[in-house]
Amino acid sequence: MSVLEIHDLHVTVETDQGTKEILRGVDLIIREGEIHAIMGPNGSGKSTLAYTIAGHPKYKVTKGTITLDGEDVLAMTVDARARAGLFLAMQYPVEIPGVTNTNFLRTAKTAIDGEAPSIRAWVKDIRETMTRLRMDSSFAERNVNEGFSGGEKKRNEILQLELLKPKFAVLDETDSGLDVDALKIVSEGVNRAAENTGLGILLITHYTRILRYIKPDFVHVFVAGRVAEEGGRELADRLEDEGYDRFLTEANVG
Amino acid sequence: MTAASTSTALPTAEQHGIKEHSDGRFGFVPVQTRNDRFRSTNVEDFPAVTGREAVWKHTPVDRVESLISGALDGSAYAYDATPADGISVAWVGRDDARIGSAGVPEERASANAWSTFEQAIAISVTGEEAKEFTLTRSALGTGARAAHTIIEAAPFSQATVILQNTGDAQLTENVEVILGESANLTVISVQEWNDDALHLANHFASVGRDARFKHVVVSLGGGVVRINPSTHLVGSGADTEMLGVYFADAGQHLEQQVYVFHDAPHGRSRVTYKGALQGEGARTVWIGDVLIGPDAVGTDSYEQNRNLVLTDGTRADSVPNLEIETGDILGAGHASATGRFDDEQLFYLQSRGITEDEARRLVVRGFLTEIVQQIGAPALQERLQLAIEAELSSVPGAGE
Repeated sequence: MSVLEIHDLHVTVETDQGTKEILRGVDLIIREGEIHAIMGPNGSGKSTLAYTIAGHPKYKVTKGTITLDGEDVLAMTVDARARAGLFLAMQYPVEIPGVTNTNFLRTAKTAIDGEAPSIRAWVKDIRETMTRLRMDSSFAERNVNEGFSGGEKKRNEILQLELLKPKFAVLDETDSGLDVDALKIVSEGVNRAAENTGLGILLITHYTRILRYIKPDFVHVFVAGRVAEEGGRELADRLEDEGYDRFLTEANVG
Repeated sequence: MTAASTSTALPTAEQHGIKEHSDGRFGFVPVQTRNDRFRSTNVEDFPAVTGREAVWKHTPVDRVESLISGALDGSAYAYDATPADGISVAWVGRDDARIGSAGVPEERASANAWSTFEQAIAISVTGEEAKEFTLTRSALGTGARAAHTIIEAAPFSQATVILQNTGDAQLTENVEVILGESANLTVISVQEWNDDALHLANHFASVGRDARFKHVVVSLGGGVVRINPSTHLVGSGADTEMLGVYFADAGQHLEQQVYVFHDAPHGRSRVTYKGALQGEGARTVWIGDVLIGPDAVGTDSYEQNRNLVLTDGTRADSVPNLEIETGDILGAGHASATGRFDDEQLFYLQSRGITEDEARRLVVRGFLTEIVQQIGAPALQERLQLAIEAELSSVPGAGE
């Protein structure tokens, strides 16, 4: 059984005001098939955790470990992490001029599997997945994310999630900017991926509304760069009623 | 010019206050319409080039001084030609009636070539079957030289003519292309010169009634390469597709000033140029002028330029200009964008398992392929894809 382990993770980022520590000792264990929601107020370090797992060069790990089935993730390049089975659905997916979605998806699939997918099955796979995500077929031939609306970009991320079949996916505020219909479509895609591949999910969100459609097994509340409270689904319900105020007060006192 | 002699539909210079200032600018009034530029075949008619002229201001004139005002060798030179049925190639004298029929120089280097060439290469196309012809110049040497080429497509004829340029060169030249009624001609000029080569070219095309002219500029190699194609849509229903693809490495200057003159009704033009820049001092220039004249009713025109900047230290200039002198057109548009392949794009692609090398290749190949695929000469297209790949791998930083 696959497991992604994060232990005592400290991460800094360079800012105009100098080096700033964003993550201050994060511990998380995510097993195959589990859905973990990470919730927290703005600036608590949720996105930093997402980008650090994926290996963005802006974030510097000063202490701690990330391992995937015992392998040292921090020693891997960004692309090696993806090939090892990690996936990051970005909050703001990047536009790639000159590269069609089809070409991009095939190249990524080939890189991750180590061999080119068989054309017929692959084309069918793309078409069916796009249909389920209510993506017009024209998106296949458009440049990656270029001119896509916010909701279309998020669907394109989930399309990649479904097609690339990672072991663990980090969904960084995938719900932000989505209307309720798009939120349902995207959530269905995530749930399908979870059912079909036993995907482990780290669902990062500010709001509880996506948790109506994607049911977390665990909820972690992130405050000031570390996990302040953990629990089951009921913790999300409590957050919906109370908000983050009590954590912020504690953080300020501490 | 008096108001009485001017069409009332058109603005006059006076209306816009475009007149000589009293501030001591020595009577200088900038040319307001693209078609009003001074023209002459005699180099002496052009003043010395300062580098501030509209046609020169983006060009490193010091590097091409020998071509602008130096003495040139105008003699015949060696070339290779692939034989094709319906295409003949021969040297002709300066008195050939076709010379000057498609265009006349608008700048000094072009006129310098015109004043100096002794004989012109004439490529004549006849016959309605499609055919491909390649003229290769690979031994022009390092001396400053002038050249003149005529490509004439007879009415209803069809062909693809490739001008393949390799080796050393210090060349200023004029290429005249004459398309008869309903001719269908593709002219592809491929610059794969050695690193130190200097090449200034003006291509003048005259496109007859219902003729279709595709013009392609492919500039990959050379120190300073400036290809300025002008297409004059003379006959009703004339159509032109003007394409360009260029890849500038460190220290390279690749430039193209494209001009389409819609001078007859129901013409159609599409101008699409795409370039990539990589390495310190890589420099590209694209100027796209489209003039829709008063008689060019029903014109459908669009021009665009896209540049992809791959590293720091490069500069891409992109200047689309559109002049419309009749309101009765189908459409006229222009677009220009210069984008950067940046670290976030690299991160995104890598986060999907794609290596850095592959990510870079993917982006550049995808970007430039759009043009390469439209060239319409399969063997050349295939070779150019490989040449572009080679450009990518030869540049420091791309293979890290």
